[in-house]
Amino acid sequence: MSIRTIIGLEIHVELSTKSKIFCSCSTDFGSTANSQCCPICIGMPGSLPTLNKKVVDYAVKAGLALNCNIARESNMDRKNYFYPDLVKGYQITQYDQPLCKNGFLEIGQGKNIKKIGIKRIHIEEDTGKSLHTNQDVTLLDYNRSGVPLIEIVTEPDLSSAEETKEFLESLRDILKYIGISDVKMEEGSLRCDVNINVANENGKSFSNITELKNLNSFKSVVKAIEFEENRHRLLLQEDKNTSKETRRWDDIANITISMRSKETEYDYRYFLEPDIMNIALSEDEINKIKETLPELPRDKRERWATIFKLPEYDINILTSFLELANFFEETMAYYNSPKKLSNWIMTELLRRLKEEEMDINQLIFTPKDLAELLDLIDKGVINNSIGKKVFMEMFNGEGKPKIIAEKNGWIQIEDIKVIDEVLRGILRENPHSVNDYRNGKDRAFGYLVGQSMKALKGKGNPQLINKVLKKLLEE
Amino acid sequence: MKLELYNLSMYEIKKKIEKKEIKAVEVLESTLKRIESVEDKVQSYLTLTKDIAFCKANEIDKRIANNEAIGELGGIPMAIKDNICTEEILTTCASKMLHNFVPPYSATVYEKLLMEDGVMLGKTNMDEFAMGSSTESSFHKKTRNPWDISKVPGGSSGGSASAVAAGEAFFALGSDTGGSIRQPAAFCGVVGLKPTYGLVSRYGLVAMANSLDHIGPITKDVTDCALVLNAIIGYDSKDGTSIKRDKIDYLKTLNGEIKGLRIAIPREYFDENLSEPVRKALIEAIQVFENLGAVCEEVSLPNTKYAMAVYYIISQTEVSLALARFDGIRYGHRALNYRNIEELVKYTRSEGFGPEVKTRIVLGTHWLSGDNYKEYYQKANEVRKLIRLDFNNIFSNYDVVLTPTSATAAFELGSSQEKSLARQKIDKYTVAANLAGIPAISIPCGFDKGLPIGMQLMGKNFDEETLLRVARAFERNTSLDHKPSL
Repeated sequence: MSIRTIIGLEIHVELSTKSKIFCSCSTDFGSTANSQCCPICIGMPGSLPTLNKKVVDYAVKAGLALNCNIARESNMDRKNYFYPDLVKGYQITQYDQPLCKNGFLEIGQGKNIKKIGIKRIHIEEDTGKSLHTNQDVTLLDYNRSGVPLIEIVTEPDLSSAEETKEFLESLRDILKYIGISDVKMEEGSLRCDVNINVANENGKSFSNITELKNLNSFKSVVKAIEFEENRHRLLLQEDKNTSKETRRWDDIANITISMRSKETEYDYRYFLEPDIMNIALSEDEINKIKETLPELPRDKRERWATIFKLPEYDINILTSFLELANFFEETMAYYNSPKKLSNWIMTELLRRLKEEEMDINQLIFTPKDLAELLDLIDKGVINNSIGKKVFMEMFNGEGKPKIIAEKNGWIQIEDIKVIDEVLRGILRENPHSVNDYRNGKDRAFGYLVGQSMKALKGKGNPQLINKVLKKLLEE
Repeated sequence: MKLELYNLSMYEIKKKIEKKEIKAVEVLESTLKRIESVEDKVQSYLTLTKDIAFCKANEIDKRIANNEAIGELGGIPMAIKDNICTEEILTTCASKMLHNFVPPYSATVYEKLLMEDGVMLGKTNMDEFAMGSSTESSFHKKTRNPWDISKVPGGSSGGSASAVAAGEAFFALGSDTGGSIRQPAAFCGVVGLKPTYGLVSRYGLVAMANSLDHIGPITKDVTDCALVLNAIIGYDSKDGTSIKRDKIDYLKTLNGEIKGLRIAIPREYFDENLSEPVRKALIEAIQVFENLGAVCEEVSLPNTKYAMAVYYIISQTEVSLALARFDGIRYGHRALNYRNIEELVKYTRSEGFGPEVKTRIVLGTHWLSGDNYKEYYQKANEVRKLIRLDFNNIFSNYDVVLTPTSATAAFELGSSQEKSLARQKIDKYTVAANLAGIPAISIPCGFDKGLPIGMQLMGKNFDEETLLRVARAFERNTSLDHKPSL
């Protein structure tokens, strides 16, 4: 009997708007507890929510990037439940009229492309946070209360942990590309609940859906799905179906643990939010948002493979975030060797950024500067190792590459007379090595090259040194 | 009888202060003296803010002495219903739940009044969380009708209406969810206006039922009403339902003619529930309008018969959510003994809310639970649209709709407790305006055995101008000039 796995996701994404969804409080992460709160965030009597228009724009942007239909008119609803970190006793969310519906995201390559349906995307507010101390005291931090979220709900189209991971990575890249979230799972700005069950191929027998919560990394998503997949398969084979339930992933024990039966789900008593007027979007507004969409990662990779002919590995790294991809493309506007540029970015630039804990948009030099540097190397004005020195100086803000090289006297020595003279001196000083070479010891040649380079203070053209040295040794 | 300052209208006081005939402090002292002498009997106030009042009155006098400009309400003592947040002043909603709540912010309306230099006297009694029609559900005290202290002042803005009627304030703000400004205004013989939804900001009004709640003025006469309305209207970015529109000066057109104006008299509002004296007073009022050249015609608002049912379902539904935030965690009352958070919330709510509030929360929860959502809540919303449509139809032909405000004059204290259904009928004529969001005003139009009778006029959306002009025309051409003898 072949069994297939059915997975659907509910993903909460914190939007990176500067202010909260219903007030002007800051959304900065990691501030002192309760320092970013106003009467609206803590649900004081008489306070009213007013909708942050940016939140709607961001959600629409996500919807367009994920091929959704955008609702021309929608509204907000109240979802009722009691929880100490839910300040109003209800959450303002969207129920029957989400902003975006019926989209998809493609995963896989070539013949194996698979469309994963996006059922809906809606906007809502986040709750506060409860902190339980070991003295059995509960503390409440309302900084997160009112931070804007979108909830992305997929169709149950995923069928393995691998696919789920690919989907989530692709989704994360897109959301980051379009600039609506920093999608950091460890900071809670991307939260994923997994609904999973298995069915035999004819679909006649299947296990009951499990909802997996508290997954705080892609790794735990994969591991939890694999664990549940196995558990469900065994249950199905032994005909021991459990009830619908919510389980949590234990990162240490590597197992899932039952939290509550899904059948005791609350009656949320949704109803229309009367304090916020309907959200109406004109064709014009939607088009304007569409214009702000950048090329999405998948399209970019395809295009780059065609025009730059770079290896897949390079492309994946260079397109991993938009600013880097943009930097590459802007540099390519002044330069014509994609692979060489790619090597420089992947080694020198990314290493340096990592060392300095810097963001690419904090760079002092411009793409044009980098192109000029590579050009100087290609033309033999400086050699590769001097090039790395120049790069460091550029990185530190010392100016244009040519000027740096000139100022430091790093311009390559191309004068054959100068090289000839220096090399003759080296040979005179190292008769042993000359002898060794002539007796067939090739290592001696390398030593003599090194000595010559040293004597030329690293500025000699390596090809020229090789040529002249060979000629002199054969004299 | 010596005409004391507190007896004058705010419009008259305003002129006297501006002409430097009297000082703001004198007006304040006269009013405070009045409060001292009648408050024991009437019980309008929950909190008095004498210090704040004196501070402001002195400041105004100083500015006048220096020939500096003062606001439109400069020096006029005012009272605010206790469900409107006032910074650093207790705002209890007449509930144990908020007995200790001092908001760190002010309602937009209060800020606007302060900006126009109103003198803050205090917070007025009300039904708990604005639920009730007699001010008897207040946790703190029972307010009495200044015309007869054995009678209720109406509700839920009973304290505001009684304060104005008894001369304890020149005007007061109330809130109106199903008639809570107009009905007490009618019972106390004063003017009460529920403006169009969205004209006056609700920011800072502790919500009862958000889609039905309004803030409005209670005043001695229509001119004062226009004056206060001028001060409190305007778009507010803090209220998502606030409407952007050009500001109107309601005083400008107030005394215009009403000749040729078309007045609709809906037959559904003149039913068997209406008491004979009220019916008689209204028929006489219609006569006054006809004499002024207005055209009065009988019309039908066929969906009126559903208004009460729809009102109760929608308002209770919204109540059940609006009050969900009171959990004892961040502000207000908190139960003393509990073992966990669930108990903390449960005991806090069971101790903090009074019976009327609990009843409505339970009913509201019921209207939303399971299939009831479709059966009741959704249906009620559909009928609400029909009621709006009824009004739209009428207003395509008429300028205002004239009805009684309440079926009877004020009733005995304690009598409403026994007859809950009868009490609900009291709201019968006022709820439709809240469901439709249209403006409605109640003005005195007669007496029943010494108790005032109110007439309600409803107008087109944002046409407070016409509404006030019609009300003022009536006022000018009648003489109902006596005052309660306290």
